[in-house]
Amino acid sequence: MKDGKFLTLGIESSCDETAASVTADGRQVLSNIISSQIDIHTLFGGVVPEIASRKHLENIDKVINGALEEAGVSLDDIDLIGVTHGPGLIGALLVGVAAAKALAFAGDIPIVGVHHLHGHISANYIAAPDLEPPFTAVVVSGGNTDIVDVRDYNDLELLGASRDDAAGEAMDKIARVLGLGYPGGPKIDALAKQGNMHAIDFKRVTLEKGSYDFSFSGVKTHVINYVNTERQAGNELNNADIAASFQLSIMEVIAEKAVAAAKEYGRDKLALAGGVAANSLLRRLMEEACRANGIEFYRPEPVLCTDNAAMISCAAYYKFKAGHVDGLDLDAKPVLDFDRF
Amino acid sequence: MKLRIKNESETRRFGLSLAQELEPGDVVCLVGDLGTGKTALTKAIAEGLGVTENIISPTFNIVKEYHSGRLPLYHFDVYRLGGPEELYDIGADEYFDGDGVCVVEWADIVAEAIPEGSRLIRIQYGSVPDERIYDIGETE
Repeated sequence: MKDGKFLTLGIESSCDETAASVTADGRQVLSNIISSQIDIHTLFGGVVPEIASRKHLENIDKVINGALEEAGVSLDDIDLIGVTHGPGLIGALLVGVAAAKALAFAGDIPIVGVHHLHGHISANYIAAPDLEPPFTAVVVSGGNTDIVDVRDYNDLELLGASRDDAAGEAMDKIARVLGLGYPGGPKIDALAKQGNMHAIDFKRVTLEKGSYDFSFSGVKTHVINYVNTERQAGNELNNADIAASFQLSIMEVIAEKAVAAAKEYGRDKLALAGGVAANSLLRRLMEEACRANGIEFYRPEPVLCTDNAAMISCAAYYKFKAGHVDGLDLDAKPVLDFDRF
Repeated sequence: MKLRIKNESETRRFGLSLAQELEPGDVVCLVGDLGTGKTALTKAIAEGLGVTENIISPTFNIVKEYHSGRLPLYHFDVYRLGGPEELYDIGADEYFDGDGVCVVEWADIVAEAIPEGSRLIRIQYGSVPDERIYDIGETE
């Protein structure tokens, strides 16, 4: 406690970011340090796990000390430690979980494991101090395309998920096919602005009626087939049109299903999260669809959308307030069902 | 051996039948460009093993485990790895010598880490959009 506020130290290392954050009373961010590894990954064209693990180890103390320092607090002031314990890369997760347990043990501080997806959704509580459950959440990132019904802070139901490629992953792969480089999502978003999104009719896969699942593998293959066919025919490719049309075919389906879920579950609020929440077309389509249906639309700023530890800290705070505490036997779980958090 | 696979339902049939032959410790390597259907084939192998969960692309997580079938299935996608040494870093050799079946997408990236004599399926685009050519052999 400091100045009468409950302080949570959050730690996140499930994929390519090492991050630490201190929040006060769950929603007020005192510090949010992210040691981005994007430069290393650009060299290799993707996340390189071995480098990621080693970098996490090099970075973890720096980001934790940085988060405490920037917040102007010491470990003695911390009331709770929250850490992402899954899902993710095992080597990467272990670094954060081990650091969190060491600090919890040394400082005799309670520890709470957080599901990465629960963290992403919680970013919205930080961005919008007035947001309270229930609402519909949509998490769109390199590893996730999920629709979640948030009934309460710790009562969430996964309504649908991608059955094959995540949206961000499909964008990364198409960016590679078009020679745009990494990270693919922002490159496609930027290039799409110069293209005609109705130029090519890439197929939309909506699956069975009423399903909130996604499938992006088919559109990915469709784009690759299109590119290969055009190249073989000696035609010049219009990459901007391809990027714009491909992006529309993905984002349209996400926006439609998200709003359909909100309506079916009677939610009047819809919150976007995950790295792809920064996509300008997705944001526009969601805003339009929400407005047309009388739904309030929430979207955190990009720094809270990509992997960060403030969101983990916030989720941990609400779990702890509900009486949830983990032991020092907390383990990193590369596979972690969403209903087990 | 080369096989002509006309469409996705033939992919499924091939995967279902391959699954019947698999034993603990087997590694199946899938090599082919983006969009050739490596994950689609893995889904069929999983179905043949009796896995009830949905198989999703493990590109971001590198490996996903499924334990609901006749044998555990470890589905690797090493697309984002730089080489075989990075596969050891995530404990892959324990998976390869383990109690289940490993399917490795983009196995050529980590060729040196794959046990000798593992099944190797090279997938190429056929002459029409849905067609694929499977070149089936063993790893060296």
